[in-house]
Amino acid sequence: MNPEFKELYQEIILEHNRSPRNFGVLENATHVMEGRNPLCGDQYKIYMIIEDDIIKDVRFEGSGCAISKASASVMTTVVKGKPKTEAERYFTLFHKIVTGETDEEETFESAGKIAAFAGVAEFPVRVKCASLAWHTMHNALQGNKTSVSTEE
Amino acid sequence: METDMQSSKQTIDAAKIRRDFPVLNQQVHGKPLVYFDNGATTQKPIAVIKALTRYYENDNANVHRGIHQLSERATNGFETARKKVAAFIGAKSERQIIFTRGTTESINLVAAAWGRKFVSEGDEIILTEMEHHSNLIPWQLLAQEKGAVLKYLSITEEGTLDFTGFESILSNRTKLIAVTHMSNVFGTINPIKKIIRLAHDRGIPVLLDAAQSVPHLPIDVEHLDCDFLAFSGHKMLAPTGIGVLYAKRSRLENMDPYQGGGEMISSVWHDKSTWNEIPHKFEAGTPHIAGAIGLGAAIDYLNTLGMENITHYEQELTTFALDKMMRIPNMKIYGNAPERGGAISFNIGNVHPHDLSHFLDQQGIAVRAGHHCAQLIMRKFDIAATTRASFYFYNTFEEIDYFVEQLTEAQRFFDY
Repeated sequence: MNPEFKELYQEIILEHNRSPRNFGVLENATHVMEGRNPLCGDQYKIYMIIEDDIIKDVRFEGSGCAISKASASVMTTVVKGKPKTEAERYFTLFHKIVTGETDEEETFESAGKIAAFAGVAEFPVRVKCASLAWHTMHNALQGNKTSVSTEE
Repeated sequence: METDMQSSKQTIDAAKIRRDFPVLNQQVHGKPLVYFDNGATTQKPIAVIKALTRYYENDNANVHRGIHQLSERATNGFETARKKVAAFIGAKSERQIIFTRGTTESINLVAAAWGRKFVSEGDEIILTEMEHHSNLIPWQLLAQEKGAVLKYLSITEEGTLDFTGFESILSNRTKLIAVTHMSNVFGTINPIKKIIRLAHDRGIPVLLDAAQSVPHLPIDVEHLDCDFLAFSGHKMLAPTGIGVLYAKRSRLENMDPYQGGGEMISSVWHDKSTWNEIPHKFEAGTPHIAGAIGLGAAIDYLNTLGMENITHYEQELTTFALDKMMRIPNMKIYGNAPERGGAISFNIGNVHPHDLSHFLDQQGIAVRAGHHCAQLIMRKFDIAATTRASFYFYNTFEEIDYFVEQLTEAQRFFDY
């Protein structure tokens, strides 16, 4: 197996795909946003409870490929309990990581778990899979009302 | 089985045939290419590639216009291709062959040129739930424009058409039945003769989406008695951008033009025009001349192998593949029609088709993952996507062995 491929599907990603964290509906959510990739049918719904600009709780539901599901799972663990501004900072960093715009040092110093997605940069077709949940979360934070699509 | 395989291996010698397809002789990610995405498009033999080169190097000119030598040659090549297509599908006359960009355009042509004229408010068009979007959306657009109604023949768990309610959905408002000959998802070969007989008993015309059947099965439009038949060149060795609409002559004569422009007219005045005769009435503008010539070369190639031999060989490949695939734990194959072609849609356990196809790509195997432009099927089976392997006569039993081995490897990799 090609090493880039193994890097893409590293154990932490496969593991989050098998046992996604914060999976399911969140009652009393203050922010709900749906994200879809119509080309491959990936579909997620992100629920958040935001109080005083802090993401008190976050959950997601939906289905899609391993990359998209693991990314959604990791995203929830990263932003949970964080102020909105910090979540946005992670959103920007995540985007840089999956498009290969960071250097390795920056990635590993500040990214923590999301560094696992650095392998996506080798496979441009999978960037949309990896970013879907993050874009959905970002749009929910922005207070957007409509759902998110990778094709708009 | 063994003896059968031996005999057809003599008529279709895939190992030898593969030498005619330069693209097959390559490595992808360091592994020999296994091309199992033939339902999407097929590879091109040297004969087709050379026909294109020969045309552009020697004969390139516009058709039906110039008196000069090159135009005469181009016209000749283009019209000879039309004759080859007619003979290939058993049409009585080459005038019944209209060149289009592909199946999609052929169906849009019928929806526009026939549908706009003959379908009115409250009329009904019958489709099936297994249609590719190309035989669905053109009718939705027409129905929206005209206030017509779309009715659907449903599908069974086996991926076959459910005929139980068929006669009850036919009415005196039914204007057309548009149905796929072979499903691009299930591989199901539909009982077209039966549908056409039932339809014609009531005077209803039938359009066949033959995109998946003409490349793989011997087709005789006279025998089938279909009113319209649409297919694409690129799924049968020819270039992209060339396709065919066949129709009964009376239908074509009664239809309005599709697009306006050069070539399709007879006489033009300030405020009106008269139309050229069929098939030119439906071919506005400069056509894909090289594409048509390429399609002619593809047909010559297919005829040399023999469509019956191709069907037979592909049936064996498909049976072989299904048998092996069904032994994989947690394998779900969609479609189990008694009569089927070599398109196999499946899912393994919880492995998502995109992850699986990405894994297979790393092993040199090209398959399709997604909804296959058949979202009605996906919805019916409550799935977002499947992986599809689809074969052509240049595929081998050894490739299937390797493919099945890699499916097991993928399952292990994703650890379900």
